[in-house]
Amino acid sequence: MTQQTTARYTWGGDEFLFIEIAEGMSLEANFISNSIANALEARELAGIVDICPANASLLVRFDPDILPWQELENVVHTLEDEVRASTDKVLETRIIEIPVWYNDPYTNETGARFREGYHQRPEGNDLDYAAEVNGLANAEEFIKRHHESPWLVSMVGFVAGLPFLFQLAPREQQLEVPKYLSPRTDTPALTVGYGGCFSCIYSVRGAGGYQMFGIAAAPIFDPSQTLVDFYDFMIFFKPGDIVKFKPIDETEYRRIRAEVDAGTFRYRQAPIAFDLGEALTDPDGYKSSLLEALNGI
Amino acid sequence: MAFDILEPGLSTTVQDQGRIGYYRFGIPQGGSMDQYSATLANRLVGNTAREAVLECTYIGPKLISTTDAIIAVTGAPVDVFVNGELVPEYERLELLAGNELKFGVIKGGTKYFIAVHGGIDVPEVLGSRSTYPIGAIGGVDGRALAAGDLVPVGAAIDNGLPALQFIEIEDRPAFSKDVTVRVMLGLYDHLLSHTGLDSLLNSEWVLTPVADRMGLRYSGPGVEWKDREQPFGAGQDPSNIVDAGYAVGSIQIPGGTQPIILHRDAVSGGGYAMVATVISADMDLVARCSPGTKTHFVAVTMEQALAARAANTVRAARIWS
Repeated sequence: MTQQTTARYTWGGDEFLFIEIAEGMSLEANFISNSIANALEARELAGIVDICPANASLLVRFDPDILPWQELENVVHTLEDEVRASTDKVLETRIIEIPVWYNDPYTNETGARFREGYHQRPEGNDLDYAAEVNGLANAEEFIKRHHESPWLVSMVGFVAGLPFLFQLAPREQQLEVPKYLSPRTDTPALTVGYGGCFSCIYSVRGAGGYQMFGIAAAPIFDPSQTLVDFYDFMIFFKPGDIVKFKPIDETEYRRIRAEVDAGTFRYRQAPIAFDLGEALTDPDGYKSSLLEALNGI
Repeated sequence: MAFDILEPGLSTTVQDQGRIGYYRFGIPQGGSMDQYSATLANRLVGNTAREAVLECTYIGPKLISTTDAIIAVTGAPVDVFVNGELVPEYERLELLAGNELKFGVIKGGTKYFIAVHGGIDVPEVLGSRSTYPIGAIGGVDGRALAAGDLVPVGAAIDNGLPALQFIEIEDRPAFSKDVTVRVMLGLYDHLLSHTGLDSLLNSEWVLTPVADRMGLRYSGPGVEWKDREQPFGAGQDPSNIVDAGYAVGSIQIPGGTQPIILHRDAVSGGGYAMVATVISADMDLVARCSPGTKTHFVAVTMEQALAARAANTVRAARIWS
């Protein structure tokens, strides 16, 4: 599919401008959305209330009493043109290691409670199902595919601090998994989920429709701001963050939980410049260079 | 100074004008569902519109004021009792220390508001006192009130009390079981077939009991989507899109069956196509509807939406003059 050359502008009532970069998900669309969001933020226009970059679109909330709607549309159009014309496709960001206990008892127990009427495949667990629909031998192979390539935080939202993640892998290697037939009313906090082509980490306990594959060991939303990583803000993830999932076993999970309880846990992370061009032209090579940034921390 | 909560009611939360500017992180705006009613209560007790109030849902709390307090109750029609004696809504009231405030059965709508001179004085979180239960922030410990809570009330406000002692009937909101809600088509309305769009705008939709601060779900004939090949990452159902930000007030129709209006505590994004958005001037109207309310959606232009918004501002300004 070729990239749409101009975005689609439409209004969500009198307070929201919605800009669809592309109908389908792609790294390029996400990059454009985030770049327009950053450029608009930098303009510091009076009357901008919130700028919400999403996977392949951008939602801007504004106060029409302060910022006329036509003016906002004109400004964003100009920024879109600038972003598309720019040859600078590098995002200064960071790579973070997220320890995950895959195939854990918490999500398996919850999954077992939502089978009949909720799930496509009542027997087995969500991982077995995901492996099957992707033509993989077993859950272990799916887990390997899930953590061996890094992920881009392509959107933050749904509930407080929940990251949507898009895997940095060629389209033909990307995993796709249907969402639950009907959403669960319960999902453990820190569940690593999967729906469509996106992974997510549920920041809080609650409803959810994504398949459940594991549980992250450390918080990503901390309203008490106890841990060092949350001193500045109660939400950990930002759009553009790169995530490397690290598979851990129960012993390691318990050790990290103890660190979290003691207030000493810190995420392993390193600053990186994410180069869209390299990511698209040499996905495998670029993956290795991204992961090197985490070595020796 | 505080309210001692004897019984919490069904779902009583601290709310104000909302938590603006954190939507990009998935934190909803929150705030009183019926902003106009909450403002009337604040005005009666001599607050600014910014002070936090208690939002009651169907069944209000039973509470005792630990000191003398000036209060007002506005919003959905309900019997208000001070020490067992019926007192009027939409009127400034005095609670003496030890007085008990409680409520009768709601007679329309779903939400009413208790304002107190000085405002409900829980700590601000991210610039607001509004309760966000999913994220456990704001309000009293990030949750609805519970029996035994001591809800702090702020110090007296310098500018004293307004001459206005009660709200005239014509300035009070209506609670109708038959409403017309103005919407702007847009977002993903192009995914509906002509028949689907016609159903949305020309059918009677009835508010179901599945309605809360996050969203309100309507029953009706359903809508039809166009046939199309789904884009990569969007999901198989024609009502699915690549997960995107949700406009507050937007209408989504998962599976094409029941429209849902997202309200002040809604999730900030997801994978269902939005096909229209309630204009800002009518968000309070939607919040005042109780289950069973017959609802028609009528499409307006941006210009009409902004004119309605301006008319609301003029109306709200009247009570502050």
